[in-house]
Amino acid sequence: MNGKLIFSIAKALMLARWKQTLIAAIGVTFSITMFVTLLGFMNGLNDLLDNLILNRTPHIRLYNEVKPTKIQPIDKDKSFKKSYNFVQSVKPNGGRLEIYDNASVLKALEKDSRVLGFSPKITTQVFYNVGAIDLVGAINGIDVEAENRLFAFKDYVTAGNFLDLKIIPNSIILGKIAAQKMLAEIGDVIQVTTPKGERMQLKVVGYFESGLQEVDKVQSYASIVTTQKLLGKTTNYITDIQVKLKDMTKAPDLAKEYANLFNIDAIDIQTANAQFETGSSIRTLISFAVGITLLIVAGFGIYNILNMMIFEKMDSIAILKATGFSGQEVKNVFILIGLAIGVVGGLFGLIFGFIFSVIIDNLPFITAAMPTVTTFPVNYDIKFYVIGTIFSIITTYLAGYFPAKKASKIDPVIIIRGK
Amino acid sequence: MSEIVLESKSICKHFHDPVDIQVLFDINFSIRKGEFVSIIGKSGCGKSTLLYILSTMDTDYQGELFIDGVNMVNKKEVELAKVRNEKIGFVFQFHYLLNEFSVLKNVMLPGLKLGKYSAQEIEFRAIEKLKILGIEKEALKKPNQLSGGQKQRVAIARALINEPLIIMGDEPTGNLDRKNSELVFDIFKELTIETKQTLLIVTHDNEFSRKSDRIIEMEDGKIIRM
Repeated sequence: MNGKLIFSIAKALMLARWKQTLIAAIGVTFSITMFVTLLGFMNGLNDLLDNLILNRTPHIRLYNEVKPTKIQPIDKDKSFKKSYNFVQSVKPNGGRLEIYDNASVLKALEKDSRVLGFSPKITTQVFYNVGAIDLVGAINGIDVEAENRLFAFKDYVTAGNFLDLKIIPNSIILGKIAAQKMLAEIGDVIQVTTPKGERMQLKVVGYFESGLQEVDKVQSYASIVTTQKLLGKTTNYITDIQVKLKDMTKAPDLAKEYANLFNIDAIDIQTANAQFETGSSIRTLISFAVGITLLIVAGFGIYNILNMMIFEKMDSIAILKATGFSGQEVKNVFILIGLAIGVVGGLFGLIFGFIFSVIIDNLPFITAAMPTVTTFPVNYDIKFYVIGTIFSIITTYLAGYFPAKKASKIDPVIIIRGK
Repeated sequence: MSEIVLESKSICKHFHDPVDIQVLFDINFSIRKGEFVSIIGKSGCGKSTLLYILSTMDTDYQGELFIDGVNMVNKKEVELAKVRNEKIGFVFQFHYLLNEFSVLKNVMLPGLKLGKYSAQEIEFRAIEKLKILGIEKEALKKPNQLSGGQKQRVAIARALINEPLIIMGDEPTGNLDRKNSELVFDIFKELTIETKQTLLIVTHDNEFSRKSDRIIEMEDGKIIRM
């Protein structure tokens, strides 16, 4: 195959109709630009929203749920084994929320190679006493260092030093909105009441801001020791173990395994936050659909222009065939034109897509909900650029292929005699 | 007697659309090297149809066609294209030059396709052919800047570039005035004398055919005189 010759013919045909060729190429450029920008922006947003939740959520949470016992005493009685036992008005037992024998659970987790890390936690309801009013709240007793290592606790403490929580006894980091309601400054002492009626004074050492209003209104953090003191429990009292895994996708299986092994409740992140997964994948799907639609439209543009070119150049094609060019070679000429439009247009599309991404990335985006974010998020994953390139080549190849096939089938006799 | 370059053995041709009509009946003849043959006949007698079969562009026929001793029946499209490129030069009623290319490039195209010589060598040869036809000054112009007679001479130069076994013409003077017709005829005549070029020209210009070496006359799809 005489590649150079085919190339020069393709080039001459393109230059003869350079305006249309340019418009076709601009179509491809536009679609690839939009494809890359849209996907980069959408995924940047996805990542941001996911991280908002995922960073702060344990992959598996081990806890004891308040719920009625599945096995009632009558089920254990051998004499009623073969009968249906109906027990009415079953209520959950008063319940110990603590994890029994948690030392051995923690030891087992420490040995498990699939676990990246874990942090024990106590959650308890409290009332913040503000003058005559009690505000509903919740205190998370945490292992400050483990919490910071696994869940980037530091990032969400917007005022004060998070380590003070560990160093200063009886200290608390308040949710930002809760603090505003109480007019509690850093260094102030506030009073809380536990559900059991015990009162305790805690010193405010910082503010905590998660970006989720409902959380910031209610949640506050104290060290495990402080919380145990508050609840009047011993030092082995914990209610939750938060586990972070090396591979997040194994969470559902491991949650089941731990639930059986330790005889407690375990919930995995996929189950607990199913809506985020769904949201992300649907957003990605939509941006892919829009991008590919744009490309297909551009493909039709190329198809049209090549079809017109073939119609106009019928004589030239006929004479090329009469002087010894085979159908395949004529086909290659037009496929080459299609591909050239696709590759050049696509390349500029990638460049413009990148430029637009950078522009969006630098646009200010300040929202009270996300204190750490100052500009629009953009994901520069090379994957989108590769997919964009592949799609532009495939669509333009197909857009070139069908007219080219038509051109290769032109019968020179009909054209030459037809005049 | 010199060698046979083209031979037609009982070629028949039917048109199937709209109804089945036989347009060529048992065509048998052969052309020897260096002959200047013209095919004449009234419009619709099948002379052009025959020419397109002989040129290998039309493959829908019965019978056998030998070019340079090789049977063309059952050859693939690519092989036939190669035969056309290498062994046949075409001159049509209309010049069919590509307006996207210069005159020189137009002449060079079949040569570049054949790829027997380097691009430089082909360019040199193309200029030489243009010189023979007296239009080397127009080499760098685009075909649409030339007059009708000049265009037809460029088309002849293009037909000559690969030094074909045979040049086939379909009414090459049909669209030219008297002066240019004579010029084209003289070129053809010169070619047969000087380079022993074989020519097969379809025409209804009786004056043109009278001056050729041999006349094949057709009527209603049959050869009536040869």
